[in-house]
Amino acid sequence: MKKLTLVIPAILIALSTSFASAQSNFEKMHSESFKANGIATMDRLDQDETQKFCSDPVNLAGKGDPKKREAIEKANLATIKLPANGQYFGDWKEGEAIAQSGRGATWTDKADTVVGGGCYNCHQIDKKEISHGSIGPSLWNYGKLRGNSEAVVQYTWGKIYNSKAYNACSNMPRIGHYKLLNEQQMRHVMSLLLDPKSPVNQ
Amino acid sequence: MTRLKSIFLASLSLIAGLAMAQSATDEIAKYREMIADGNPAELYEAAGEEIWKQPMGPKNATLEKCDLGKGPGIVKGAAAELPRYFKDTNKVQDLESRIITCMEKLQGYDAKEIINAGFEKGKRKDVEAIVAYVVTHSKGMKINVPNKHPKEKEMYEMGKKAFYFQGGPMDFSCASCHGENNKRIRLQDLPNLTEQKGAALGFGYWPAYRVSSGNFWTMQRRLNDCYRQQRFPEPIYISDVTIALSVYMGVNAKGGEMNTPGLKR
Repeated sequence: MKKLTLVIPAILIALSTSFASAQSNFEKMHSESFKANGIATMDRLDQDETQKFCSDPVNLAGKGDPKKREAIEKANLATIKLPANGQYFGDWKEGEAIAQSGRGATWTDKADTVVGGGCYNCHQIDKKEISHGSIGPSLWNYGKLRGNSEAVVQYTWGKIYNSKAYNACSNMPRIGHYKLLNEQQMRHVMSLLLDPKSPVNQ
Repeated sequence: MTRLKSIFLASLSLIAGLAMAQSATDEIAKYREMIADGNPAELYEAAGEEIWKQPMGPKNATLEKCDLGKGPGIVKGAAAELPRYFKDTNKVQDLESRIITCMEKLQGYDAKEIINAGFEKGKRKDVEAIVAYVVTHSKGMKINVPNKHPKEKEMYEMGKKAFYFQGGPMDFSCASCHGENNKRIRLQDLPNLTEQKGAALGFGYWPAYRVSSGNFWTMQRRLNDCYRQQRFPEPIYISDVTIALSVYMGVNAKGGEMNTPGLKR
């Protein structure tokens, strides 16, 4: 009996040390440095496989294990839902307003704050808007240059829905996957990019 | 002080005009030139100097014996070498966490109260003014954040990991905006903080008087708002991740110039 009482604490110590090392020093330091604030809750630090992979600067730069990259793109591709009734398009004017807004999803926003597409933050779209970012490529003449074949339409929908399906560590948010925009809002953005009447294609 | 007030009032009307300006980068450059020797941060600096020298707190002491890394009471050049490791706390500390250590030890204030107060609230407001005072005394000096002590090296590596850590509903990390050269959000230029030149542009111009919000922002506040826009939960004031990021930027920026307090959009 005496031997047993000595063994049990030893096992417990061994178990607790192996548990502690499962969480790295960095993870501990990182998660203890934040607090939930409003809608910005702590689970936002829980990474999915894509975020984990792209938090490595080597992978982010497009290097690293190509098989893992391919698997991540495949998994993201599988999340894409095509729009109900095959309806890909809405109103480019509403799309422009969505592209202009960079609001939403911060701790100073409310749960019912309408989240914007934030498109102009990173992309040139309508040339008339000079206040555009340069992290993403220019989308000026997007439809005029590509046409609106079924392949182009489906790719564009997919790219907006989940950009990581085509480039594992794209800087672009996964807008449909994370429900930043709903299906109808995405249709409006599709029209901004592809409608021959949209100012983008003049 | 009256000179400072008149500068401040003149700045206010300029700020109002600026808010409507289209080409923000050009306008800010013009604005910087116009008030080249009258950054509104001077108001905070003057207040900070008074607070530094005035006995206060439960122990009714001044901060004049506060050791910011270059010895008790030495303010000149201190901000150019922070964050750094401090033996007495056995921690790597940035300017703000070090000021709070001094307020706690020398004056008897409760550090937790300052950490839990918001920006510009309660005793935190005094910390911010002191920051303005201290950083002004490193203006024109070379950035020289140390990376020798094992804890400094550890914090640098933590900072690098935090910089690349993706999370939240938009998959953002610091690197999403600050990992490449010549990028912009809207019209705002984004320095590449992974390289010396860009890191010096970031580290060397913060803390700063911020024109669009009309107040003085410390480095802690700058990082806090980056994380807000990253859609992360809120970083706790002077938490390890904020200090680690300052170490990462400061070490990367080595040799660049301190232009603090800066003047920002």
